[in-house]
Amino acid sequence: MTVFCLVEVDGGGVVDASLRALTLARGVAAQSGDGLAAVVFGEPAAGDLAAYGVEDAYAVSGIEGYAPQAWGRALAALADGASAVVAAGTDRGNEVLAHVGAITGLPMAANCVAVSAGSGGSFEIVRQRWAGLLLEEAVLDAPVALLTVATDAGAAQPAGAPGSAVVHQVAASPADGDLVVRAAEAPAGAGGASLASARVVVGGGRGVGSADGFGPLDELASLLGGVVGVSRVVTSEGWRPHTQQVGQTGTKITPDLYLACGISGAIQHIAGCASAKHIIAINTDPAAPMMARADYAVVGDLHAVIPALVQALRDRS
Amino acid sequence: MDVLVCVKRVPTVGGAITVSADGLSVDTRMSGFTISPHEECAVEEAVRLVERFGGSVTVVTLGPAEAEEQLRSCLALGASAAVLLETPGGAEFGPAATAAALHSVAAGGGFDLVLLGNEAADTGDYQVGIRLAHLLGWPVATGIKALAVDDEGTSAAARREYRGVTETYALPMPCVLTVREGINLPRYPSLPGRLRAKRAVISRVPVSSAPGGGMRTTALRVPAAARREATVLGHGVDAVPALMSVLAELGVLS
Repeated sequence: MTVFCLVEVDGGGVVDASLRALTLARGVAAQSGDGLAAVVFGEPAAGDLAAYGVEDAYAVSGIEGYAPQAWGRALAALADGASAVVAAGTDRGNEVLAHVGAITGLPMAANCVAVSAGSGGSFEIVRQRWAGLLLEEAVLDAPVALLTVATDAGAAQPAGAPGSAVVHQVAASPADGDLVVRAAEAPAGAGGASLASARVVVGGGRGVGSADGFGPLDELASLLGGVVGVSRVVTSEGWRPHTQQVGQTGTKITPDLYLACGISGAIQHIAGCASAKHIIAINTDPAAPMMARADYAVVGDLHAVIPALVQALRDRS
Repeated sequence: MDVLVCVKRVPTVGGAITVSADGLSVDTRMSGFTISPHEECAVEEAVRLVERFGGSVTVVTLGPAEAEEQLRSCLALGASAAVLLETPGGAEFGPAATAAALHSVAAGGGFDLVLLGNEAADTGDYQVGIRLAHLLGWPVATGIKALAVDDEGTSAAARREYRGVTETYALPMPCVLTVREGINLPRYPSLPGRLRAKRAVISRVPVSSAPGGGMRTTALRVPAAARREATVLGHGVDAVPALMSVLAELGVLS
């Protein structure tokens, strides 16, 4: 049998989230003695796929652009008889696999971090709940396991021995009904995307006090070549737009440095910033949960500390 | 325009999540309950559409009898009717069973639009809206951050961002949309709204226990502590020189 993995490509290469999905899919295939196949809508990045141990790459044509239901239908048809279908836990991966689940009537486990294949179509899985703040261990019994892989699960690892990545062209002929919903794509303005990839994020929370209070944080972010991120209370108050929210219902960030100012550290916020390499917290309350999550802490009022830090940075240059 | 909004009662989590003694549920003895921020925005979006077009907002939840509290909160925000699909004895329904239960309300209700949150705050299954759309035979788009309905109320332009690209979907109505926080800024409930919500009659429909969904939870656990050993650099502005040294050490000073 075969484990199929939906692979997203961007600018000729496989995106990081899909490399993680391939890594997990390869593990599942190895445990059950199955082959690993990739499904790509568009140009297959055969080099990347071979490096991750893919034997067969199905390049699907005939669907213009991103049409989630048509992608799901094509994937369901290709994977008929597979042991598992895996996708990245991205907006598109979760969406397409949910369509596969609805089309086939199969259960789907979203945002898995570990999967082991048992006997007779039984899979032991560990998946994220609460945006990764809680892990669920579960047994999935299904003729075909539908799995998405958390985008922050483990690391992407190439295969010990590369696969042959033989490319098979597949022409889909989607029904009109599957093409009703289709993405028209346009470049997005700055915002969420730059926050997600910023090297330095200066965070502001309730302690900032008002929309006007963000002046010094903006200046600090610009002096450090970073961007401002905020907690949920800040966007709920309307002090800052939601595109700047870090958290479970905002953006997950992965900077080298997260400087959290006046943020208490509710776990909905921690879900968004836990992957920062280093965290510095500035808070008047030494017992704030954010302080316990930080590598470095300054006990004090951000309204005094940040302007002084801005001044020190200016004096330096 | 008649809009159906699907919400879920979940524990309010503040500083930490703890697991109950049997390891199968979140310990809620110390917590309140709420709906997710995505769903608060779904209710707000529905209320705004009905303010513009006239019609009704019906809010539905699948959950225990206590979920009446969350339905009344939605009524206070401007929903006009509420349906509680009452689950027996706190049984957890999987995504397919949840979609099937919601379908019993969504089908034949004459709705133009069904809104859900992009994912439930607690289980994060990312699929109920899509499974519901397939049962209805309606088009669906997910993760929506902006919605524009045409003046006739017959088609929706829904937008989301993905990997630095804005994706716009044009959907004929009726359709299903799952939305994300940020699509709007929800209002606070008004006093008349609260009073109306208190008096409103909630329609209760018992739901028999869920069929097996193919997935069985064996344990819940909190991942290994992300707790770090914080070095206190100092108090107030006196800490600034130490802060500067740390910034230099971390290589973020250009």
